[in-house]
Amino acid sequence: MATAQSRSAARIMIAPAVFLLLVWMLIPLCMTLYFSFADYRPLRATFDAWIGFDNYIRFFSSSSFLKSVVTTLWMVSGILLITIIGGVLMALLLDRPMFGQGIVRILVIAPFFVMPTVSALVWKNMFFNVDNGLFSYLYKFIGLQPYDFLSQSPVFSIVIIVAWQWLPFATLILLTAVQSLDSEQLEAAEMDGAPALARFRFIILPHMSRAITVVILIQTIFLLSIFAEIFVTTSGAFGTRTLTYLVYQRVLESQNIGLGSAGGIIAVILANIVAIFLMRIVGKNLDN
Amino acid sequence: MARAVTTQKKVMWTALAWGFGLLMFFPILWTFLTSFKTEAAAISDPPVWLFFDWTLENYTAVQDRSNYPKALMNSIIIAVGSTLLGILIAVPAAWAMAFVPGKRTKDILLWMLSTKMLPAVGVLYPMVLLAKWLGVMDSRILLIVVLMLINLPIIVWMLYTYFKEIPGEILEAARMDGATLRSEIIHVLTPMALPGIASTILLNIILAWNEAFWTILLTTVDAAPLTAFIASFSAPEGLFYAKLSAASMMAIAPILIMGWFSQKQLVRGLTFGAVK
Repeated sequence: MATAQSRSAARIMIAPAVFLLLVWMLIPLCMTLYFSFADYRPLRATFDAWIGFDNYIRFFSSSSFLKSVVTTLWMVSGILLITIIGGVLMALLLDRPMFGQGIVRILVIAPFFVMPTVSALVWKNMFFNVDNGLFSYLYKFIGLQPYDFLSQSPVFSIVIIVAWQWLPFATLILLTAVQSLDSEQLEAAEMDGAPALARFRFIILPHMSRAITVVILIQTIFLLSIFAEIFVTTSGAFGTRTLTYLVYQRVLESQNIGLGSAGGIIAVILANIVAIFLMRIVGKNLDN
Repeated sequence: MARAVTTQKKVMWTALAWGFGLLMFFPILWTFLTSFKTEAAAISDPPVWLFFDWTLENYTAVQDRSNYPKALMNSIIIAVGSTLLGILIAVPAAWAMAFVPGKRTKDILLWMLSTKMLPAVGVLYPMVLLAKWLGVMDSRILLIVVLMLINLPIIVWMLYTYFKEIPGEILEAARMDGATLRSEIIHVLTPMALPGIASTILLNIILAWNEAFWTILLTTVDAAPLTAFIASFSAPEGLFYAKLSAASMMAIAPILIMGWFSQKQLVRGLTFGAVK
């Protein structure tokens, strides 16, 4: 039984974590909000604390904003498409009876533990490089002209790199979902002569739907902030400037703090829209 | 007859799964192989696979020439430091929420999670500014604190889900026997919670080790960990494939091994209990 005494003890134990996160959230975020209404360009020694919504208007009306949103959408949806479809197939495959299942699992999961800068550089140089990359050798081997991935299909190239990193995550979570499926139900369906595709469509997929939703939401939140992969491959060139990268450039490269902060606030709002849906699912699960 | 079919099927699934597994693993394998080649062999056309003069010179070259040891040290200190600091703050909080749940426990948990969803870029400039004001830019302590804060929600959540699984009756029994809160924590709870705490530590070291936004943007020289060290290879040195591969292998090998041990915790830690 929780007594009044243990309640107050509990409060004291929770306090530091809550306090730290509150400070961490509020102070920098309020500063960004404040700067987003200011004309602040340190390199030109300009500081005007209040210019209203000018930054927001300029950010929204600049062509780079719209482009960056489109790039972000392409990138995120491309990665989601590959990781979800690939993840469902991989999960189903790994759930089959086979020899050395544990080792295959390890092989599949490994890319998730590779740090983003390493995977981006390895792909950029050793696979995508037009002169010495493995893909170029492959193209030449089958009699095609080598293809310069990062400058000719830059968004696609980054999608490949990031999808490679996140496919293990999707696979692992979807595999957990597949394995929790009641096998008797599947066997019964098989006995009744339901073809494999129908079993997948009417039993497996509905069972996985919640896990798929969770994977989509979590990945979206992380993918909206892709940074290192762009930083070391194209540095935002060739139309790979996502919203995150655009804000980074405005703030740290061109040092237009006001404009960048307005972009930052927009990024926060967009991420929050996704977050609300994820929180609902997680919250519902807490009740059970 | 039926048995033969299943074995046959099993062999088929095995081949297919191994095929895809090796395909996924291939970039790592290729990096591993390249790290033992000479620079000439690394870019030879056609590519050489296994039959080349294996050499360790890239590993020694990377260690001698660059500041790899320093970056490694920074990575270890930052990843382990931020994780332990996070554990220190999160254990009491998770313990209290799991065993003395109040009306607002759920709200607090969800709110903590929501802080994790704040895009880093939204607070980039204030962080740079605050770090400069406090004179901690490019210092390990800054990164320890920042990475602790971004991972704190995950640490609290993981610990909470582990603590939740400890039956409350045991605690009540201990209390009946006259155990104080202190001895209850030390003698009853800690032994049962240790596996959960250990897996939380493991996963968070991995996350902190691979974090590549703040570690790149808040460091220049002194505190630059392996993520930033490798990023610096994107310059001309990137053309030295064998050395790049050796540096990459040295950056990912320890975490790859830890990662394999923490596969199970990954699901729990990154889905916040939404997938079981």
